[in-house]
Amino acid sequence: MNNQSGPAAASAPAVQSPSIAVLRDVHFDVDSGKTVFSGLDIEIRRGAITAIMGPSGTGKTTLLKLITGQVCADHGQVVVDGLDVARLNRKQMYAMRRRMGMLFQNGALLTDLDVFENVAFPLREHTRLPERLIRTIVLTKLHAVGLRGAAELFPQQLSGGMGRRVALARAIVMDPEILIYDEPFAGLDPISMGVVLRLIRSLNSALGITSIVVTHDVREISQIADSSFILAEGKVVASGTTAELRDHPSPIVHQFVDGLADGPVPFHYPAPEYHAQLLGGKVFA
Amino acid sequence: MRSTRTIDISTGLFVLLGFAAILFMVTQITNRGYSLKSDSYRLTASFENIGGLKTGAPVSMAGVTIGRVEDIQYDMKLYKAIVTMRISDKYRAIPNDSDASIYTAGLLGGQYIGLTPGGSDVPYKDGEQVIMANDAIVLESLISKYLFNSAATKPGASTPAPAPAAQE
Amino acid sequence: MITILREFVQSFLTFLERVGLLVRFALRLAVILPSGLLRPRPIIEQVYNTGAMSLVIIMTCGLFIGMVLGLQGYDLLTRFGSEEYLGTATAISLLRELGPVVTALLFAGRAGTALAAELGLMRATDQIAAMEIMAVDPMRRVVLPRFLGGVIAMPLLVSIFIVVALFGAQLVGVEFFGVDSGSYWSQMRSAVELSDIREGLVKGLVFGVACSLIAVYEGYNAMPTAEGVGRATTRTVVISAVVTLILDYILTASML
Repeated sequence: MNNQSGPAAASAPAVQSPSIAVLRDVHFDVDSGKTVFSGLDIEIRRGAITAIMGPSGTGKTTLLKLITGQVCADHGQVVVDGLDVARLNRKQMYAMRRRMGMLFQNGALLTDLDVFENVAFPLREHTRLPERLIRTIVLTKLHAVGLRGAAELFPQQLSGGMGRRVALARAIVMDPEILIYDEPFAGLDPISMGVVLRLIRSLNSALGITSIVVTHDVREISQIADSSFILAEGKVVASGTTAELRDHPSPIVHQFVDGLADGPVPFHYPAPEYHAQLLGGKVFA
Repeated sequence: MRSTRTIDISTGLFVLLGFAAILFMVTQITNRGYSLKSDSYRLTASFENIGGLKTGAPVSMAGVTIGRVEDIQYDMKLYKAIVTMRISDKYRAIPNDSDASIYTAGLLGGQYIGLTPGGSDVPYKDGEQVIMANDAIVLESLISKYLFNSAATKPGASTPAPAPAAQE
Repeated sequence: MITILREFVQSFLTFLERVGLLVRFALRLAVILPSGLLRPRPIIEQVYNTGAMSLVIIMTCGLFIGMVLGLQGYDLLTRFGSEEYLGTATAISLLRELGPVVTALLFAGRAGTALAAELGLMRATDQIAAMEIMAVDPMRRVVLPRFLGGVIAMPLLVSIFIVVALFGAQLVGVEFFGVDSGSYWSQMRSAVELSDIREGLVKGLVFGVACSLIAVYEGYNAMPTAEGVGRATTRTVVISAVVTLILDYILTASML
């Protein structure tokens, strides 16, 4: 891994604050009226691996969309590297996003381009580098994820784990400052999972990239995360290091970390009283 | 995923085919491309009424197309329609006392100009005006003439003529 | 009664909202149009996808429409003893109406659905979101070339359709029924005006803009699910067909 003079020569702000992304009192409702966040506070430290965890449906992906500016908070503030995301115009937004990389859950590779062109895509769109240099950069990044040999394959020919690694190569091709992972372990076999885990850690330590990992695979992420946030019911219910979370008094954290079927997050979806419904014969109250 | 070369060639072929189709339409199915300008001469004729005559209509002699109507103007001094015809050079020797009439092809067909040769030895020259021009026969005026005549001769017993569909 | 009225108002408001969104989408495309024209490469690819790939179906349908016109036209015209006008009748009806309209409907079915499904899938598999994150405007990179490809391909497809159909009608009229070949073409020539061709091409262009716009809009804004993609393609065909016919009436009325 070499931190070569990449195209996106990061122009660091004069005063580096220790936190690269801050969410303050964020409220967010989806269109259907369902509340996703009600008073969310998160601070992500520069250069660290931060895990965002929580049961399904707690808006982890929405959180990523807030940070990348794909959606705007109804109330509260999202600040990324000193910039208020909600106030950026399209041009500034794109300038901000150039310093980010994101790994989507299903890779999100462009299906009409082969692996090489997928990784080269951001370079071709944003720079006017000579073809030889593009080739060098792309092969370096592919080598870093161990898929230099797959450069000529098409996304349809890749397994889930390989696709995700290619997507990772694409995410780092512009040498971003922040890398965001959306469920990087979901649906992977143990070997691929180990590979992705190693990649996240090595990218973070070798390049100093700030990593935000959204996941619910507690065991895997606790091996590498510097700090974690657990979301539930629109708020942060717990935060801290892995060890701190393990000894957290809150029952919901306990349930989540230990993977218990019943607890504060109930096993049963809200329903009328069981016997009454069986005897009454009326399915919908 | 096909190679870019295949895409380029197919796209080129497609665009070429499209333009060929447009060219075909413009030159082969309108009277535009059917140009007689290079080796032809002009005759004009003035009519009281040209009926439904249009530019591009054929000019024929004895049923043979010898040219086309090039232009139709209305003369504000003569209160007449001035029709300009392009006649092919092959038919140079049209006697200069030939007359022009507007005929209808079939009952409902388009209208054309028919030239009937006269007896003169001198042919028409380029740009000359045809001496005698017979107007288009307008169906409605024929009918009304017939109706009024019969009404005048036999009052009260007007025969309802079966009116054929009006033109256009 | 009140509920029915309220529902009606509600659906009317939804309709207005959709129209407004479509107009905004179109305006955004118009704004980025100049920058999109600077990159011809993706546009060429889309002309290939929408135009060249539709060629076979357009030519097949053109041939058969022409042959049907030959049959019907001959049957009708012989009643008046004026079968030499077969060429005129076919040419005028093809140029003014059938060519652009049938091509637009086929275009919506073949290229429009393909566009909508492709964009819908890109939406469903996060490819569009990924581009956004990579600071690449998907409207510029993905939507605009597809739209322009359709707009360029459509008038060409219309022309090809018409010419093939003319030969189809000639095949039936002249070869089967023995209409004089000379009068077929010469009667056509004397009746067809350049303005008829212009009308056909203008209609083709307008339908091309409408159908491509609807296809990319529906695909781009598809719900990111398998069902959403399916619905986007269905909507593309239905809306394109209705809009084509409405526009056809407006254009015909304004050009007569």
